[in-house]
Amino acid sequence: MLEIVVNIALLVIAIAMVCLIYRVIKGPTMPDRVIALDAIGINLVAIIALVSIMLKTSAFLDIILLVAILAFIGTVTFSKYLEKGVIVEHDRRNR
Amino acid sequence: MSLLHWAIVSPFIFAIMVPIVYKYFRKIHTGWFILPLPILLFSYFLSFLSNTRENQVTSETLTWIPSLGIDFTVKVDGLGLLFTLLITGIGSLVVLYSIYYLGKNKEKLNTFYTYLLLFMGAMLGVVLSDNLIVLYLFWELTSFSSFFLIGFWYDREKSRYGAQKSMLITVFGGLCMLGGIILLYLMTGTYRLSEIISLVSPELFEHYLFIPAMIFILLGAFTKSAQFPFHIWLPDAMEAPTPVSAYLHSATMVKAGIYLVARFTPFFGESPVWFWLVSGVGLLTLFWGSFNAVKQTDLKSILAFSTVSQLGMIMSLLGVGSAALHFESIPDSYFTVATTAAIFHLFNHATFKGSLFMVVGIIDHETGTRDIRKLGGLMTFMPITFTLSIIGAFSMAGLPPFNGFLSKEMFFTGMVRVQEMGLFNLETWGILFPIIAWIASIFTFVYSMVLVFKPFTGKYQPEKLEKKPHEAPLGMLISPIILASLVIIIFFFPDLLSESIIAPAMASILPSLLSGTETFHVHISAWHGFTIELFMTIGVVALGTILFLTREKWKQVYNIFPEKLAFNRLYNGLIESSQRLSHTFTNMYMNGSIRSYLIYIFAFFTVILATTLAVKDAFTVNTTNLAPIGVYEVLLSLLIVIGCIAILFAKSRLTSIILLGAVGYTVSLFYVLFRAPDLALTQLVIETVSVALFLLCFYHLPKKRNEERIRFKLTNLLISIGVGTMVTLIALSAHSNKLFDSISQYYVENTYTEAAGKNMVNVILVDFRGFDTMFEITVLAIAAIGIFSMIRLRLAGRKER
Repeated sequence: MLEIVVNIALLVIAIAMVCLIYRVIKGPTMPDRVIALDAIGINLVAIIALVSIMLKTSAFLDIILLVAILAFIGTVTFSKYLEKGVIVEHDRRNR
Repeated sequence: MSLLHWAIVSPFIFAIMVPIVYKYFRKIHTGWFILPLPILLFSYFLSFLSNTRENQVTSETLTWIPSLGIDFTVKVDGLGLLFTLLITGIGSLVVLYSIYYLGKNKEKLNTFYTYLLLFMGAMLGVVLSDNLIVLYLFWELTSFSSFFLIGFWYDREKSRYGAQKSMLITVFGGLCMLGGIILLYLMTGTYRLSEIISLVSPELFEHYLFIPAMIFILLGAFTKSAQFPFHIWLPDAMEAPTPVSAYLHSATMVKAGIYLVARFTPFFGESPVWFWLVSGVGLLTLFWGSFNAVKQTDLKSILAFSTVSQLGMIMSLLGVGSAALHFESIPDSYFTVATTAAIFHLFNHATFKGSLFMVVGIIDHETGTRDIRKLGGLMTFMPITFTLSIIGAFSMAGLPPFNGFLSKEMFFTGMVRVQEMGLFNLETWGILFPIIAWIASIFTFVYSMVLVFKPFTGKYQPEKLEKKPHEAPLGMLISPIILASLVIIIFFFPDLLSESIIAPAMASILPSLLSGTETFHVHISAWHGFTIELFMTIGVVALGTILFLTREKWKQVYNIFPEKLAFNRLYNGLIESSQRLSHTFTNMYMNGSIRSYLIYIFAFFTVILATTLAVKDAFTVNTTNLAPIGVYEVLLSLLIVIGCIAILFAKSRLTSIILLGAVGYTVSLFYVLFRAPDLALTQLVIETVSVALFLLCFYHLPKKRNEERIRFKLTNLLISIGVGTMVTLIALSAHSNKLFDSISQYYVENTYTEAAGKNMVNVILVDFRGFDTMFEITVLAIAAIGIFSMIRLRLAGRKER
């Protein structure tokens, strides 16, 4: 029973990801793509969780956390790049 | 180490001492310190005469590399002794001559005598070694020391050219000889010359390596002895100081090839190929050398070509002499006369050619030129030199009462008797032997006369000379006087040589003709009666005189003919075109573009693997141990394939980078699916970092670059398809050919019990196989330090500031 539910959930998320990838490729502006990538990251978290259930293991829970962190960092970095043009600002006074 | 070994090694020891002596005794000419050594050696080797006269062989062995059968074995027999006496005797005279020839202050005497002593020791080693590898070692040492001596005045262009040329040709021959030696070893299983010769048998003649070994050995001998067409280095070697030309390029080194041929005659001699090669090449060289000597205008060039020609004569005599091995026994030395003549002329040539070179050196030294067009009428200024040159040149031309007459008569005898042997189909072509010999002798007569009469008679032209000519100092004349007196003494008392030197040397060349304690009985006489040889000599003199007197009229022959056939042109062309060809070839494939090199690498990778698969018939597919395929694997694979194809067709680089990241993340999903949590974790982080780095690079690209798709190239497509196919095929075959079970069961069982861990991957990384991890840490550290230093250390930029 649970297996069927997991499979359905995976399928739905996969469809969602395909739509998101379409947005990444097509997306008229850069922020569109960044948002789509962030959503893909979150979807990945879901996929990994579902796969863990399917494989009946708790070994992948670290990865869920990691992907979440990476997605956050990535989105913040992209946002900063889009806003200021650089990611790490050089503080010339400290050199 | 026996005394005999010390005799060979002593020149090398002296060579080490020369610079010290030169530095601390500047007041005295360095040559005086050298002179006692060759004299001492000469007298030492004279003491062997009584042994070799009874055909006793003195042999001493010093183990060197016994496991390879290489020992420093020294053997003194008749042939070796003849050569050692020449080397040390003429060596002493040349050292004496060089003391007066080379100025104490002008020349670098330390290098000169070091090289000369190196050469002397090497040459002694060549003629006394019984082990072929040791012989080759000394052989190459003679090549090298000769190279140094020819290039003694290294600031002159022509010296360097001559040195390089002689080096290339003689080392080519030396390497061929090494090949021949190795083939001989394969045939006989020993490097000992005396053993090899004793092993000779009809089965060996049939051996498939017999002819190649012979040709390689002969190549070595022919290049060293300046035989046709390898004679071209000898005239250019005349850029060496005259004592060197007298010593190396007339008396000793060029006879190393003769020595080798004589040495191997008992082994190869019964083969018709040997007969035809040695005597044919010898005759050709004889003719070509004498023909070309006539047109030369430089005295040393005349002597160089005359040396070539005389060496050819000795070589042809050795070839003809080898035919005597076919006869069981010869009662009255009927067919062995050619060998006798070869040895006799070898000795005679060393005497008169040495003295002639010294005479030319004197003329050069006292007038400042060697060009016969500038010289003339020196007779009144240099009476002694004139006398010496008459003796030398008339002996060379083969006139009585000089020793050249005797050996030339014997040469004619040998050549005439070729026809009577009834071997190797000589009935038809044998008639050519005496005819070529006779024509060559006429030319020999002509250039000998040029050598005497052009510089010393005729009109004296003081305006063309750099110095006012006068007689040479006495010290310079001593050596040629000794040699010239030998020339005359040997004519009147040839039997001085025949029993003591020639007969034992013949015993070494034709050992199978002697049984037991028998010795050869050589009798050389000046008067044979009215024989064909005498009429040949008279014809030579008559025709030669006519040709000499009318040579201005027929000299045009040389203008049309030899320039086109000069082998120098061929040699220069070969050198030039080989350089040009290799240059263009290297430029063709080393074009500096990394793309091309990658194409080579991948193309060879594909071709080699494909041929291996095809030749070994290694491609197999075995589906028995495959796992079932799930839906998710298919989906993820599709994702990766689509990503990869999209990278190829992406319009902008940014898209490629993002797609690459997508592929990386999908791979980490694969890790999840295949239950590798540690790998998935690492893959995610690393992929993020590397995508970020790619973006960094993208950001710093120059603005001018227009973004465009990857251009299509058919070769690239074919090669990438090839590489992909090969890798796939090999992976399939490898998976189908699993021979052993995996060893992972051990880890499964022992991870907790042995290493106290539950995470097997981590336990393998730090416990079971921790060394790999350590060095991967090192790799990361090196990469970090490298990146840091590349960014911070900008040496080129600092200079500009």
